[in-house]
Amino acid sequence: MIKLRFRERDGYVRTVRLSGARMLVYLVLLALVVFISLPLIYLICTAFKPLNELYVFPPQFFVREPTMKNFSDLVLSLSSSSVPFLRYVFNSLFITVLTVGGTVIVSTLGAYSMVKHRPPGSKFLFNLVIATLMFSRYVTQIPRYLVVNSMGLVDSYAALILPNLAVAYNFFLIKQFVEQFPNDLIEAARIDGAGEFRTYWSIVMPSLAPAWSTLMVFSFVSSWNDYFSPLIYLSDQAKKTLPLALNTISGGSSSIGRAGAISAATMLMTIPTVIVFTIMQKKVMETMIYSGIKG
Amino acid sequence: MWMKNSLSRFVRKHWVGYLMLLPFVIFFVVFMVLPVAVAVCLSFTDYNMFQEMHLVGANNYKLLFLDDRIFLTALGNTFLFAVIVGPVGYLFSFFAAWVLNQLKFRNGFALAFYAPSITSGVAMSVVWTYFFSPDSYGLINNLLLETGIIDTPVLWTQDPTYILPVIIVVSIWMSMGTGFLVFLAGLQNVDKGYYEAAAIDGIQSRYQELKLITLPMMKPQLLFGAITAVTNAFGVFDVAVSIAGFPSPNYAGHTIVAHLYDYAFVRFQMGYASAIATVLFVITFVIGRIIMRALSPKDE
Repeated sequence: MIKLRFRERDGYVRTVRLSGARMLVYLVLLALVVFISLPLIYLICTAFKPLNELYVFPPQFFVREPTMKNFSDLVLSLSSSSVPFLRYVFNSLFITVLTVGGTVIVSTLGAYSMVKHRPPGSKFLFNLVIATLMFSRYVTQIPRYLVVNSMGLVDSYAALILPNLAVAYNFFLIKQFVEQFPNDLIEAARIDGAGEFRTYWSIVMPSLAPAWSTLMVFSFVSSWNDYFSPLIYLSDQAKKTLPLALNTISGGSSSIGRAGAISAATMLMTIPTVIVFTIMQKKVMETMIYSGIKG
Repeated sequence: MWMKNSLSRFVRKHWVGYLMLLPFVIFFVVFMVLPVAVAVCLSFTDYNMFQEMHLVGANNYKLLFLDDRIFLTALGNTFLFAVIVGPVGYLFSFFAAWVLNQLKFRNGFALAFYAPSITSGVAMSVVWTYFFSPDSYGLINNLLLETGIIDTPVLWTQDPTYILPVIIVVSIWMSMGTGFLVFLAGLQNVDKGYYEAAAIDGIQSRYQELKLITLPMMKPQLLFGAITAVTNAFGVFDVAVSIAGFPSPNYAGHTIVAHLYDYAFVRFQMGYASAIATVLFVITFVIGRIIMRALSPKDE
């Protein structure tokens, strides 16, 4: 039995007793976390390895003399090209933020209407959503390109944003959550005279925070890491996104000679997704503290 | 007159609902339904992007199942992969979410479990080539050689015996993401009052609580997790290619989507590729329907 002391947000110090069984659970989880994290730890280590440590035998897992050279190489090779590095960052951020915001609004509005208003035809629409959920994204890319092309959107930011607003995945996820939302609250708001959009915005949306926070993470990760769509839709160098830029610089993932620079690039690319995840995850957890009955 | 009345009543009753659904419907139809419909139609043609298109009936499907041995290999690989990775990833991520939800430091643990799926699959190939490198430079070979378990390096990514297992291990590592996060959010969504009521009603153990309250309340998230697990498992491609190369030795790591990619973006035989996509679609759709029947709330 171990006693741990925590300072709660309101300033109280709380003592938590850990029983033997609980400690065992923590230990097993900790071991699992270490095991799962190994490839990522290796990635971070490699990003800081000097050239001679990258090719040493026997292979070294950890870095011995960390260096920033891989990062400076990366930025240098980027600054020599005609488009400044920050431009790629801006492109990626711009496209990702609009996609994430758009998909959250479009999905929650639609799902809320489908579950709570049930206008005729909803069931049919939902069946369509389920059906497209299971269609491989690789083959829809071809006809989708034809559609985007005929709308004159090729080589524009819109080509990367608009097709990703109504994703079957996202809609399905949100709908599953709205189904759990109690009708009483909506009824109460209506009786209080709140309009439909007001009910949606100030009653439903706050309670759906775990759902749309999750959706934001998914949407951010897929938009941020997307390599395939910018590849086929963008040709203007100044509009290209980070994955494309980094791939050009590292000369494709197969070039062994630049393992350090690639690791550095991968690490830099991963940091924003980790930040978004951390913020959103906190939001998911906060709603629990908010409802606050049990931990 | 009666018609007009009921029409206006219909409009008055449903216009808000339709208005709210409209943005989704527009984008969904234009960028999802339309392309999918086009793809299914293409599967009955010999469209190849360069020559004039002809209707060929079910010819593509006949070729696929009767003459294309590589497709049958891909089909077998994909099924074996899906049968292992789907359920293992699903159960593992639910269990992890359920345990984590009851602990302190959940945010830290959650990040650790979710991090693998945040990374881009293609970029992580740097790490996998290092771990599974077929010479003694590879981390795993090095470890096994040093401890004396093997005498010569194992050709992890080249020997057809090991290719699929390696792909499976890496995929399980990456599979935690989607399901795990949805389950965690779902657990937050269960009304805490139920647990209190259950405690008063004399529920004895965590296991009983899980079986009688948590699982039934989480059916929507369990369903979402299951459907994504099936779609992801049958859609395996990126990881397989970045580990085993394309095409893989003896087609040991060849999957349905790899076959599709080969015909669509290497040979540009869009008609044939669309037929492969349609077969894949039918497989996942049937399995998805079975799962939905099992997990759907009663009123669906």
